[in-house]
Amino acid sequence: MTKSIEETEQEIIEEFEVFDDWIGKYEYLIDLGKSLPLIDEKYKTEDKLIKGCQAQVWLQSELKDGKVVYTADSDAIITKGMVALMIRVLSDHTPDEIINSKLDFVDKIGLTKHLSPTRSNGLLSMIKQMKMDALTYKQFKV
Amino acid sequence: MKDVETIRNMSVETDKIRADFPILSRKVNGKPLIYFDNGATAQKPTSVIEAIVHYNNYQNANIHRGVHTLSQEITIAYENARTTIQKHLNATHPHEIIFTRGTTDSINLVAHSFGKKYIGKGDEIIISMMEHHSNILPWQQLCEEKGAVLKVIPINNDGELLMDEYKRLLNNKTKIVAITHISNTLGTINPIKEIIEIAHSKNIPVLIDGAQAVPHLKVDVKELDVDFYVFSGHKIFGPTGVGVLYGKEKWLNEIPPYQVGGGTIKTVTFEKTEYADLPLKFEAGTPHIEGGVGLAAAIDYVNAVGFENIAEHEHELLEYATNELKKIAGVRIIGNAKQKASVLSFIVEDVHPFDIGTILDQYGIAVRTGHHCTQPLMQFYNIKGTIRASFAFYNTIEEIDTFVAALKKAITMLK
Repeated sequence: MTKSIEETEQEIIEEFEVFDDWIGKYEYLIDLGKSLPLIDEKYKTEDKLIKGCQAQVWLQSELKDGKVVYTADSDAIITKGMVALMIRVLSDHTPDEIINSKLDFVDKIGLTKHLSPTRSNGLLSMIKQMKMDALTYKQFKV
Repeated sequence: MKDVETIRNMSVETDKIRADFPILSRKVNGKPLIYFDNGATAQKPTSVIEAIVHYNNYQNANIHRGVHTLSQEITIAYENARTTIQKHLNATHPHEIIFTRGTTDSINLVAHSFGKKYIGKGDEIIISMMEHHSNILPWQQLCEEKGAVLKVIPINNDGELLMDEYKRLLNNKTKIVAITHISNTLGTINPIKEIIEIAHSKNIPVLIDGAQAVPHLKVDVKELDVDFYVFSGHKIFGPTGVGVLYGKEKWLNEIPPYQVGGGTIKTVTFEKTEYADLPLKFEAGTPHIEGGVGLAAAIDYVNAVGFENIAEHEHELLEYATNELKKIAGVRIIGNAKQKASVLSFIVEDVHPFDIGTILDQYGIAVRTGHHCTQPLMQFYNIKGTIRASFAFYNTIEEIDTFVAALKKAITMLK
């Protein structure tokens, strides 16, 4: 049985609770970023690129058995760690579940500033694109 | 190296100066703020903040038109601000000082107005490889509109202009040369006096982008014989949203207005408008009055600190930081010009600048990361971006030590 989006979010919140300072959190994110080969190199193309000001993020999605499966990557390692978290939460869920997700775990693990538009790191744009992709699959039933 | 006593005296002076900048005592992410992003915007001393507050509390009125006391008082204050800037730059007349929104606005003004009158098909405009986008795009757009050609002075690997190439680019089609005084990314101080002399020998006018230069050194437009010199208020410890275009009287009289409207006229009928004399011809609409007043206070402040003291202290900071960074494995400094201001750009092998900036921020250290609005320069070095620490006279050797320690920690975490 696949975990719900909320269950995965809760799991991540608990994982982050063990860190009592930012260094631990960031080291964990960096490890996530390093350990996950997230996207097939053939998808690291211009049309998959979500242009942030500094860190680049590539996003690829497909619909498998009614569920959206995402892969992604970034050239900045902390962003890549955040990307890995997003994929863990959203991937392999139905378009409706993805569209309706609130993703408030980011706030609860104390990394909200990565989602502020001024960070320009492409992450906020990536979440928007993930939801847009889900919406497209829902509307066009592709 | 300086002896211990001199360094101790220096730090006493710096302590006094730091007390003038309220923001420097705040904390960021629980750590004392270390502000090394002065190249993006500089902090304001109390005297500037007080000038702005005083304006809002006691002087607020519109300038130039009112018959009442408040309007007359602030008109005098605003025009005194212009005179302060004129004297600071050693310009011949106060009306050669045009208030603008900033460096970008000033360059757009010149590109538009000079371009309208003097640029035609096939003409050439010279800029350099190290220009900020603000000194590329207005000229690029002008070239597109007029069918003119943009020529670019190349640089060497240290980030210095190739002067022989510059000389080769000049010809009878060249109509204007627009060059930065100090590179915002590399810190290179360009030989602008020589650049101007060479252009003038062929009767070509020169615009100098002084955005990065005015906080570091004293500019004398008369000695430079520069045609246009532009800068922003906020980079010289003044307010944002205000800047300066210095132009020689001759040029400002010859080129047409940029934006037109209230304040720029002598008489208006529906058939024809007679424009006002300088400087009002170029100052459409109600200006950033508190900005002008605040900028004058900032200029008074830096002059009180003294540019010799500023240069000496900043040189010390730059040398020290450069040597410390060179000791760290994997760090490569971008920009090694012989003449350099306190702007220090570097990259770390196999690490994204953005990641370094994110970790440094956790330590309360503000640096800039990215392409610094100089993408062609990044293409020249074949890099995505750099980490840039830019120092002001209120920064200290101790701050650099903290920064270097945090940088080492960041590299360990990220590699």
